[in-house]
Amino acid sequence: MTRIALSSVAAAAVLASASTAFAQTEIQFWHAMGGNLGETVNALAEGFNKSQTEYKVNPVYKGSYTEALTAAIAAFRAKQAPHIVQVFEVGTANMMAAKGAVYPVYQLMADAKEPFDPKAFIGPVYGYYSTPDGKLLSMPFNSSTPVLYWNKELMQKAGLDPNKPPKTWPELGEMAKKAVAAGAKCGFTPQWQTWTMIENYGAWHNLPYATKDNGFAGTDIELKFNDPARVKFIQMLADWTKDKTFVYGGREGKSTALFTAGDCVFHIASSGSAAGIDKALGQDKVGIGMMPYSPDVIAKPQNSIIGGATLWVLQGRPAAEYKGVAKFMSYLASTPVQAKWHQETGYVPITMAAAEATEKAGFYKKFPGREVAVQELTLNPPTANSKGLRIGNFVQIRDIVDGELENVWSGKKDAKTALDDAVKAGNDQLKRFEAANK
Amino acid sequence: MVENRPFLTVLSHLVVLLGVIIIAFPVWMTFVASTHSQQTMLQSPIPVLPGPHLIENYAKVLTEGYGRVGSTPVMMTLTNSLIMALGVAIGKIAISITSAFAIVYFRFPGRMYFFWAIFVTLMLPVEVRIVPTYGVVASLGMLDSYAGLIIPLIASATATFLFRQFFLSVPDELTEAARVDGASPMRFFWDILLPMSRTSIAALFVIQFIYGWNQYLWPLLITTKESYYTVVMTVSRQANVVDSVPSWNLLMAMAMLAMLPPVLVVVFMQRQFVRGLVETEK
Amino acid sequence: MEKRVTFNSRWLPYLLLGPQMIITLVFFFWPSGQAIYQSVLIEDVFGGNSKFVWFENFVQLFRDNSYAHSAQITVVFSFLVAAIGLGVSLLLAVMADRVIRGATAYKTFLVWPYAVAPAVAGVLWGFLFNPSVGIIAWMLQGIGIEFNYVINGNQALLLVVIAAVWNQISYNFLFFLAGLQSIPKSLIEAAAIDGAGPGRRFWDIIFPLLSPVGFFLLVVNIIYAFFGTFGVVDALTKGGPGKSTEILVFKVFNDGFRGQDLGGSSAQSVILMVVVIALTFVQFRFIERRVHY
Repeated sequence: MTRIALSSVAAAAVLASASTAFAQTEIQFWHAMGGNLGETVNALAEGFNKSQTEYKVNPVYKGSYTEALTAAIAAFRAKQAPHIVQVFEVGTANMMAAKGAVYPVYQLMADAKEPFDPKAFIGPVYGYYSTPDGKLLSMPFNSSTPVLYWNKELMQKAGLDPNKPPKTWPELGEMAKKAVAAGAKCGFTPQWQTWTMIENYGAWHNLPYATKDNGFAGTDIELKFNDPARVKFIQMLADWTKDKTFVYGGREGKSTALFTAGDCVFHIASSGSAAGIDKALGQDKVGIGMMPYSPDVIAKPQNSIIGGATLWVLQGRPAAEYKGVAKFMSYLASTPVQAKWHQETGYVPITMAAAEATEKAGFYKKFPGREVAVQELTLNPPTANSKGLRIGNFVQIRDIVDGELENVWSGKKDAKTALDDAVKAGNDQLKRFEAANK
Repeated sequence: MVENRPFLTVLSHLVVLLGVIIIAFPVWMTFVASTHSQQTMLQSPIPVLPGPHLIENYAKVLTEGYGRVGSTPVMMTLTNSLIMALGVAIGKIAISITSAFAIVYFRFPGRMYFFWAIFVTLMLPVEVRIVPTYGVVASLGMLDSYAGLIIPLIASATATFLFRQFFLSVPDELTEAARVDGASPMRFFWDILLPMSRTSIAALFVIQFIYGWNQYLWPLLITTKESYYTVVMTVSRQANVVDSVPSWNLLMAMAMLAMLPPVLVVVFMQRQFVRGLVETEK
Repeated sequence: MEKRVTFNSRWLPYLLLGPQMIITLVFFFWPSGQAIYQSVLIEDVFGGNSKFVWFENFVQLFRDNSYAHSAQITVVFSFLVAAIGLGVSLLLAVMADRVIRGATAYKTFLVWPYAVAPAVAGVLWGFLFNPSVGIIAWMLQGIGIEFNYVINGNQALLLVVIAAVWNQISYNFLFFLAGLQSIPKSLIEAAAIDGAGPGRRFWDIIFPLLSPVGFFLLVVNIIYAFFGTFGVVDALTKGGPGKSTEILVFKVFNDGFRGQDLGGSSAQSVILMVVVIALTFVQFRFIERRVHY
């Protein structure tokens, strides 16, 4: 009896020591990618895990961006933070300002002695998330930019050439009116209206969103998006609501349903929606091209800015684990991984190399229109107005803008009053942010 | 009704029927949606009659989960939801009925303060105090556990309040009789009060079961391990995916499955309800 | 409100209350205390940089137009939800009580909506009224009503009320029905023999006997309207369009979680809590007096 007991203890000890030898450091990665996007994330993590044995990345889908961030904050306060959390771009300023909570990526890579070349990244993608002197704070992951989608069938029905999309806003207006006259239920609807119609309109036309380089150069800033050009633009859209040339479809991504239901001819939406839209309408029925511009504001468009989310690294874990995090970051930025991510999801590749590899593989020929996003971002070297936005309490400010725009669409206010009110309320939010982060 | 007034009977039927149609309509549409393909669900307007994909959709959802990320096998999430809902329902009823008994049937210093202390928990819902509650649960080591899912939710007062109302309406003669007989308070409780409370307990069981079953935010926050995910949590998450069009047909199938157990609980408890009523005619 | 006959015991009541008090202390008072404490701080997202600011958060709220607007919407909304919810369910319960044939079937269908999680209920109703694919929106268009809750604030409010009431009707119905069915038939028969018609029987006997349940439901419905409707608003309109459905509880959540403004959000919670406590207190004080136990 004792011999069996002894040998089983010995066996157990051997097993235990053997398993500790294989003990992997687990890296917790909390994200907000559900549906098919999440599947791709899982595949990426698996690829990393298979490529080495020291670290294991554990991706956890934590709900929407809001829920994932809340969970991360709660966890951090309870000293149980994940290593990596995906945060939407509007949270950038707030995250940056969080003293002691965030581990900036450039520092992470340097501390872990991981090779890291800022020049490999696409300009606006990198620029949005770095300090003014070019130090990367969070790792770009899923970035997109707004592009123009159009319904080829509805264009044909109106006697328009489905392969000649509008290049300017006046052209779009004319074509949309023709389509509505020919029976379309709606001419044009935008997704994420604050991002597409205010922020990106500004960058595309080289107009500032806020002072101090859109917030990059300081936190005591004021909003500037109520300039005459944008007031005129929004008023034009408001006038278009009267004959359904413009139809408001709701906040965030809700309006895409109008386009996929075949109601609207033109749709400005995230390049990341391409896969879903193609699936719903059929790839050959959808055209993808550059956003239109207003020729009376600018002769040729400047460049667009990104939306989406990045990966932030949180403090609070044992130092040795961060080496694995750094390795995972390198892996994510590598060309084959970025190319795969870009092709499967429609998000923009973060490095030029990945874009080129995708082109070489003939992907853009097979899926025409997917290269538009990269083209828009790299159209011109970014100016101070088109590098991106660094706005504190941006979520609340966007809500304010959303609300005021809705007042315009429902006829309660005219464009100038609405935008002026939005700027005023937004500036209050900025002051609060400054106070919280001094 | 006592007399036979045909007009009123017909009217009653009509009103109830109308009520049923209006109220059941969204659920009907959910069912319809769960039997079509995704393409059909993106057209306008969506059809009103069921489609041909019923078996296919439900089979897919049960075996593969939603077929995507966050797609824990639905059987596992259903089990977790069941454990959580039962735990919340039974736990709440147990601690509330004793508290209500104490508050109504005893005189002791601080009595009303206890009642208000319990009652005030209704004034600050979980959503609002969720971040600090997470902190407390984490520091007690209860993350990713059934205890963590269940116990913090037992803290609210609806059940105590209801039992209080009920106990207050129980005739004093019964209590007097018990005292005269020399029965101890607990005797009174077990032999007389508890059986009388059957209908309230049944009603509360239904309500608390559903409350526990439909929790979304709390399980989302405190669970990281898939093995603890609940079904409503997974359904709600899929409806809000970023940058991709949800598969409405599969989503609605999941929603139907998520609704089924609470409905079964209601239907089953109803019979208890009625039986209890027929027996105890006060 | 008080029992005439009670038991005597030194320690038993405390023992009976024990479990609930412990859980309430640990999982309610302690976190709530922290949450309330946050209302006098301004801090960054992760709590690293927190500053004590006295009542600045509260002052900011009172100066904020959108807060006043939100309060207004909440009053209208809560009144509608409570009134319609209680009224409709009482009617249904009274009618269902009279019906013998098919009773179980009716009851089953009437209580089904309660099983639906609020967020899912919001999704379902959004589906039905969706301007492009919604069945009911389509039907309304057919009779000439342009229904678009994404643009029209009043329609959005109406839709949210409908969804919230729908979710709650079964709850109220269950209780009213249980209350009705526990009224001894002998009482009703006696009144009928005395010559009282159905109307009088209702107002003189049934309604007063129903009042304990009714009071319970009144308190619960108001609390529900203030707090429990969060899921519906979140799923349907997220406070839009143009803040026309931004009820106070939603604002709390929105500012706290999406906006990460924990100080401001906690201040709002404190105010909300005070309001609901006051409302409940008023109900207990003045209405419970007329409740017939």
